[in-house]
Amino acid sequence: MTVDIGLLVVVAVLVSCGVYLLMERSIVKMLLGLLLGGNGINLLLVLAGGGAGNAPIIGSDGRIYDTDADPLAQAMILTAIVISMGLAAFVLGLAYRAFTATNTDDDVEDDPEDTKVGLRSEDESPQRDRTADPVTGRITRAGDQFGPANASEEP
Amino acid sequence: MTEVAAIEWLIPLPVLLPFLGAAATMTLGRHPRLQRILSIIVLALGTVVAGALLVLADRNGITAIQVGGWPAPIGITLVSDRLSALMLVIAYVVLLAVMVYAVGQGIRDGDEHQPVSIFQPTYLVMAAGISNAFLAGDLFNLYVGFEVLLASSFVLLTLGASADRVHAGVTYVMVSMLSSLVFLAGIAFTYAATGTLNLAQLAVRLGGVPEGVRIAIFAVFLVAFGIKAAVFPLSSWLPDSYPTAPAPITAVFAGLLTKVGVYAIIRAHTLLFPGGALDDVLLVAGLATMLFGIFGAIAQTDTKRLFSFTLVSHIGYMIFGIGLSTELGLTGAIYYVAHHIVVQTTLFLVVGLIERQAGSASLRRLGSLAAASPVLAVLYLIPALNLGGIPPFSGFIGKVTLLEAGVQVGTPLAWVLVAGAVVTSLLTLYAVMRVWTKAFWRSRDDAPEGDMVAARPAVLLDDVGDVALAERRDVGRMPSLMVGSTAALVLVGIALTVVAGPLIGYTERAAGNLVDRSVYVGTVLGPEAAAELPEASGPAEHTGLSDASSSQPSTAGGPRSAPAGTEVGR
Repeated sequence: MTVDIGLLVVVAVLVSCGVYLLMERSIVKMLLGLLLGGNGINLLLVLAGGGAGNAPIIGSDGRIYDTDADPLAQAMILTAIVISMGLAAFVLGLAYRAFTATNTDDDVEDDPEDTKVGLRSEDESPQRDRTADPVTGRITRAGDQFGPANASEEP
Repeated sequence: MTEVAAIEWLIPLPVLLPFLGAAATMTLGRHPRLQRILSIIVLALGTVVAGALLVLADRNGITAIQVGGWPAPIGITLVSDRLSALMLVIAYVVLLAVMVYAVGQGIRDGDEHQPVSIFQPTYLVMAAGISNAFLAGDLFNLYVGFEVLLASSFVLLTLGASADRVHAGVTYVMVSMLSSLVFLAGIAFTYAATGTLNLAQLAVRLGGVPEGVRIAIFAVFLVAFGIKAAVFPLSSWLPDSYPTAPAPITAVFAGLLTKVGVYAIIRAHTLLFPGGALDDVLLVAGLATMLFGIFGAIAQTDTKRLFSFTLVSHIGYMIFGIGLSTELGLTGAIYYVAHHIVVQTTLFLVVGLIERQAGSASLRRLGSLAAASPVLAVLYLIPALNLGGIPPFSGFIGKVTLLEAGVQVGTPLAWVLVAGAVVTSLLTLYAVMRVWTKAFWRSRDDAPEGDMVAARPAVLLDDVGDVALAERRDVGRMPSLMVGSTAALVLVGIALTVVAGPLIGYTERAAGNLVDRSVYVGTVLGPEAAAELPEASGPAEHTGLSDASSSQPSTAGGPRSAPAGTEVGR
């Protein structure tokens, strides 16, 4: 199979632009990145089908021509396009919802929980009990030794 | 023969039933009760069908059907072998239990008052996508299965659309769509190299592809499936996205969605790219997944996040089993997948019950739960010990099988992984036991923020606007449907131990099926194709499309495509 180098370059450009846009914080830009990349990959599928630019339909005489494009690849692209279009619509809805919910822009924030874990002090450790040593503040195992027997005394 | 015919009737049903059920429940949007009953019936039927498939597949081996009667390399093939039948059964059992749990939660929270209930239809579509991925006999159908389950999981994850769910949803959606793009690129490369996407035909033809190209394609697939399965360097999206969803949704995601990725890795590794070209990469990734996952779990105070990290960690065990490239390793991996789906789902359901009971899932606020609710304590303790691998339970059996496989391989890297697996197992035990001591055992007064939940729980509902908590008299009491379904899953987890002997035997046969590819290829494409199957070690002669398709009976009027891709692999 001969590969159309021009189309291959277009694939490369589309995918790299897509990846670049994906690194943005804005949801809409990320979506655009995914769409660009998706189109690039779809082009790659066209290339994989061979005979780029030729008709994929085999004539009524049923003969198979060497130069025909592969209809299967094009059918798959059609499916991929439909899927990515549906998902794009969903992401747009999500972007709109992110905008109305936070009432700012559609930027993706850092994960708050992750930041919290990264910044937390000894005091906030998951091991911490209220039974920690009152003087030194050191974590003790006393809390673990209280069982259900103790719980009934709860106010 | 009649049994084979029966299987051929049964194979499409796990996909069709939930799809039709989704359509029906969608039209019943205004009748919540009917909708619930119908969706449970559909999933119960699916469970029965999957169970029948399991029994029949074990007796008859692999069965394939050609959807619409198109011959194999061109049409869509659905294949049921022992592995996919087992995955289907476990998936349906879990789907059914979680649906019952969600219905119980919905009844208690009064979600009849919502304008349109889309939970059930979306959930059923996801079930169809999962089944389709397990049964897919060609790569593109696998891609479609993935997309169906991903699209519905997007909707489920962002249900209710609160700010934090949208935030979590964006990460999840973007990462998932990116992994789908990588998968699609892999499909394009495969198609360019071989001119086919049928798994059986690929097994034949990939042998003729130059080794470098083959490994490169495998690497692309591993990245795509690795993101979905949350294998270490590609796993950081998971603990950010899953914990924000409502408990049943997190549970089913944690149990099933990642395992679909693991299933795809098993399939690609055994059928398409045997010989273990990237096994060292897989083993190192498996080790990193185990260790980094469990270290992450230890650092968490929120139990939902904690269990999300143990989920990531235990994916490493399956990758370990796959990467060993031996039959015993695969046996262990398959058994571990089955065990882990059940146990991880159960734990997330229990966390949902804890939240409901105590109003929080944070270890800083929980306490005294063992006294307040002994049933809940038992429901937590059994799957927790199971996850940690305490001897009588299935987690122990799975881990021992994997360790045995690792020892059997005996390379230095395998020994490192054996050690890593043992350390991970102990650390898992530490993590789940810390939840036990903090949430269940100590007095709530000792919790640093215990007073914050000693009062009434602040927010329990997904859609707080609908029912004011002050009007609910039963805060802290658990609906019987939720407890019942969780208890049922706990029992399934115990049953995995009880039937461990036959089950290990079954997974052994499944692994044998996977290692001996000629049966699969022979079933899908006919015995001629199986004879052309290259040995895993050396490249064999490449077969052109014309040879392979000439062995198929031509369908009248059907297009016989002769793509230019025919010449590519040479």
